[in-house]
Amino acid sequence: MGTIVEFQNVWKAFGNNRVLEDFNLQINEGETFTIIGGSGTGKSVALKILLGLLLPEKGNVFFKGHNVIDMSEEALVAMRSKIGMVFQGASLFDSLTVFENVAYPVREHFDYPLEKIEKIVKEKLKLVALEGSEEIYPSDLSGGMKKRVALARAIATDPEVILYDEPTTGLDPSNTNRINELIRNLQKVLKVTSVVVTHDMESAFKISNRIGLLSGRKIAFLGTVNELKTSRNPEIQSFIQGQVDLSL
Amino acid sequence: MEYTEIPEKDKLKKLAFNLGQRVIDYSDYIGGMAILAQKTFMAIFRGGIKLSLVIEQAYQLGVRSLPLTNLVGIFTGMVLALQFVVGLRRFGLELYTGQVVGIAIVRELGPVLTALMVAARGGSGIAAELGSMTVTEQVLAIEAMGANPIVKLVIPRVLVTTLVTPILTLIADVLGILGGMVVSVIESGVSTSFYLDQVKRTVEIEDVVSGIGKTFFFGFLIGIISCYQGLKTSRGTEGVGNSTTLSVVICSVAVFVSDYFLTKVFLLF
Repeated sequence: MGTIVEFQNVWKAFGNNRVLEDFNLQINEGETFTIIGGSGTGKSVALKILLGLLLPEKGNVFFKGHNVIDMSEEALVAMRSKIGMVFQGASLFDSLTVFENVAYPVREHFDYPLEKIEKIVKEKLKLVALEGSEEIYPSDLSGGMKKRVALARAIATDPEVILYDEPTTGLDPSNTNRINELIRNLQKVLKVTSVVVTHDMESAFKISNRIGLLSGRKIAFLGTVNELKTSRNPEIQSFIQGQVDLSL
Repeated sequence: MEYTEIPEKDKLKKLAFNLGQRVIDYSDYIGGMAILAQKTFMAIFRGGIKLSLVIEQAYQLGVRSLPLTNLVGIFTGMVLALQFVVGLRRFGLELYTGQVVGIAIVRELGPVLTALMVAARGGSGIAAELGSMTVTEQVLAIEAMGANPIVKLVIPRVLVTTLVTPILTLIADVLGILGGMVVSVIESGVSTSFYLDQVKRTVEIEDVVSGIGKTFFFGFLIGIISCYQGLKTSRGTEGVGNSTTLSVVICSVAVFVSDYFLTKVFLLF
């Protein structure tokens, strides 16, 4: 298993608010890696930097050995076809139907005929158990269904990496479990690398191969679920048990 | 933008600081908009025009604005004729109302009032739509999927406001002149052919070129300001409301200020 994503000494600030400082992280091909941490610690910022949506002040980010920071517009577009992202609020296009939403990235990257696009959309919606919802508008979907459509959209171009930004936030326990199962199944079925950002510890334990705790603007802990659970670091134990907010 | 704390006692220093901050904020705004305009032009020259999106926006911003701009055109012509019939009657010149109405509508009132209506209806709609897309991260999602938000969102809207404002103005001009005709016929008793003859004698092709020419610039300004205002929206639903209001205010000011300079430029030719 080689490294597919690597952050090297990344620094990012918004005005006087420093978010990441000397942030280093390596994510292996095929694993589900979860970044945990309090609100406002820069977890989502890390994902946006990886996608080239935000530029860091310093440092490098590599996707399959290519530096995202130096990429041309064309190279960024090509890279983004290999990375799917599920946004925190699903971020579905509310003026488009479920079908149009899922078809959007396919149309953007490939010149397929309508029949082929229909087949892809149907297949992806089946994977997230939403067959037959093609003509529904996002406003008519529940929160959990929106997240599942967002997931179907993220996997529409068969990406190598899927980024999940707080995939279970705001969902009831049954929908949370359903999303967790989907993340695990997609890893098994599609063999993708998943990077999940969350502060939901239960979900993190269920889906992760490895977990990184973002605290103090850098990865303060890195290890497997068991290593995290058995860590003797009081700060980590407090965070797991929800006793201390590590947000900055 | 971060504001450094200034001691209350030093009022002059505080005033200078606030003034400087305002200048920086305005420069930041104008600079941001200029960069968006530059990126838009570059994307257009790289072939970033998606015809289907342009047609969709032409319907939203053009066809759906038509009833409003037509109504404003008709009533502007009518009220203008009513005022001039009364005013010119004092000199016994009410028969020549058509001359004044024609030139005022074609050169100034048609273009400016139509542009203001496009800003109020179309510009506010653009800012609200793009604003809510920005705060719900839909714009970011477009980018994350490898698409260019300028190509998908900005170009169709800017192109349509630029091209549709002159068309709406032309229609409003015609309706305004006809509205003025109805009032002139009723109030001063002139015949329709006499009124239209007066308009034809006064309004020359350069008046039409000057009036319509300005609206291309008005339309472009409305498009780019509204898109910029929408894309820089932050702070949720309150931010969307603020962006919508601000876009109408800034577009209206831009139309009035640019109108003076554009009129001056067109007078040179």
